[in-house]
Amino acid sequence: MTDENFPSEMYREHILELYKSPENCGELKNATHRHTETNASCGDEITMQLVVNGGKIADVKFCGSGCVMSVVSSSMLSSKIKGMKVEDAKKLSREDIIKMLKINVNAGRIKCVVLPLYAVKNALK
Amino acid sequence: MTINNSTAKKLKDDFPIFKNNKNLVYLDNAATTQKPKVVIEKIKEFYENSNANASRGIYSLAEKATEEYEKARKIAADFIDASSEEIIFTKNATDSINSIAYSLESAIPNGRDEILLTEMEHHSNLIPWQQLAKRKNMKLRFIKIKSDFTLDMEDAKSKITEKTAIVSFVHVSNALGTLNDAKAIANLAKTKNAFSIIDATQSVPHMKVDVKNIDCDFLVFSSHKMLGPAGIGILYGKKELLEKIPPFSFGGGMIKSVSYENAEFAELPEKFEAGTQNIADASALGEAIRYLEKIGIENISSWEKQLLGYALEKLKKMKGVEIYNPGIENSSGIISFNIKGIHPHDAASLFDSFGIAVRAGHHCCMPLMKKLGLQGTIRISFYLYNAFEDIDKLIEAIKKIKEKFGK
Repeated sequence: MTDENFPSEMYREHILELYKSPENCGELKNATHRHTETNASCGDEITMQLVVNGGKIADVKFCGSGCVMSVVSSSMLSSKIKGMKVEDAKKLSREDIIKMLKINVNAGRIKCVVLPLYAVKNALK
Repeated sequence: MTINNSTAKKLKDDFPIFKNNKNLVYLDNAATTQKPKVVIEKIKEFYENSNANASRGIYSLAEKATEEYEKARKIAADFIDASSEEIIFTKNATDSINSIAYSLESAIPNGRDEILLTEMEHHSNLIPWQQLAKRKNMKLRFIKIKSDFTLDMEDAKSKITEKTAIVSFVHVSNALGTLNDAKAIANLAKTKNAFSIIDATQSVPHMKVDVKNIDCDFLVFSSHKMLGPAGIGILYGKKELLEKIPPFSFGGGMIKSVSYENAEFAELPEKFEAGTQNIADASALGEAIRYLEKIGIENISSWEKQLLGYALEKLKKMKGVEIYNPGIENSSGIISFNIKGIHPHDAASLFDSFGIAVRAGHHCCMPLMKKLGLQGTIRISFYLYNAFEDIDKLIEAIKKIKEKFGK
């Protein structure tokens, strides 16, 4: 069998490392904003918790369960928006998420990687 | 023709997709099947030689189109032991169920306010009934699944009562592979004068289904899961019932005579086929059934059983693989499983990197997955062109995925 494509472009080392020990994962008791987003097609569930202070995101943590793609995206997005102005975070797009991941995400997995983005957007609504 | 491993591999030659995707291991037949060249050619041939609107024009080309369309209806009827007037062409099984859920509405006797389904229904045999229940203020009930993934027939007996208006159930579960005793359930419905409806989407393509023997009121299936094109499906109904219930779609082609105020509806089956029909795809479905018949549906069943047994045995031996299947005796050629520590979606992406097509997720059975306490599963499903090597490649891939990703 051919396995030259295994484990596929999506599962590069930096992605797998982060999946095994994600950053910003856990409970944030003093969160001022939180939202849980679910992916109906696979049951993934990601909760984003934010501390907003003076129009800025002072702290972020995520919790929940998901596939490699949704967990890694949650972890990276949390780091990315920490310290960001709320207004800027609200403007983040799907394309920003894909750029952030630095991998080619298959069309079928876009839903997985944008799950935390929608959790952040809905938390900030 | 009896199928064995070498003839199965040879059958792949009939399907252009395997020529154009050299390393494809296609194990997602419960989602849709591949199409043999004869079916693809039939669509082209129809549009190039016989295209006109069926059942309308009086010129010879229109008669040719009508002939093609009605020939397909006869082939489909014979395939399940029905008569031609009992075969209604629809878009697909979902469309068939939606249609019948509307048509039956006015036929439900007073005092019967329960719709009985099973816990293993595809969303297509759940949501149309939820909507009917809301419209008519009826109650939905569900026949339980046992821990071995088979249906609890004692529960079925106790829930089919004088209050039951409709019993609609899946013949083969698309998520678990479970083969339900359609005849027994239809018979329970009959003894209590409830309508019986069978979702045969995963059974008709893979085994002999005889509506006379099962004695159900209605039965539905889709063309695209049995080598035919998408966009065409079947609603079978007993003649005397189809004559009694009102049509669910109105317009051209389904009438006898029309005034500005009123219309008299056509006889069966035209009564239920409003508007220009999908003639080319219907005739291609006829061609797909002919292909299946040439090989023999029983031969396909027995080959799929062999594939099922082979795969179950190999998967059972793998550590960290959890299988959700009722066992070879009670199952069609579908296996759901999970690899410990690996999300089904990640698994599907990883299988894809080996050229292996599997389905991952809830398989349009969200309530069932929730009941089983699963986020989702990986599902493999077989058809006549699968061979032992396809399963060997899957097993090899699982080993590699476990090595790399197993926690």
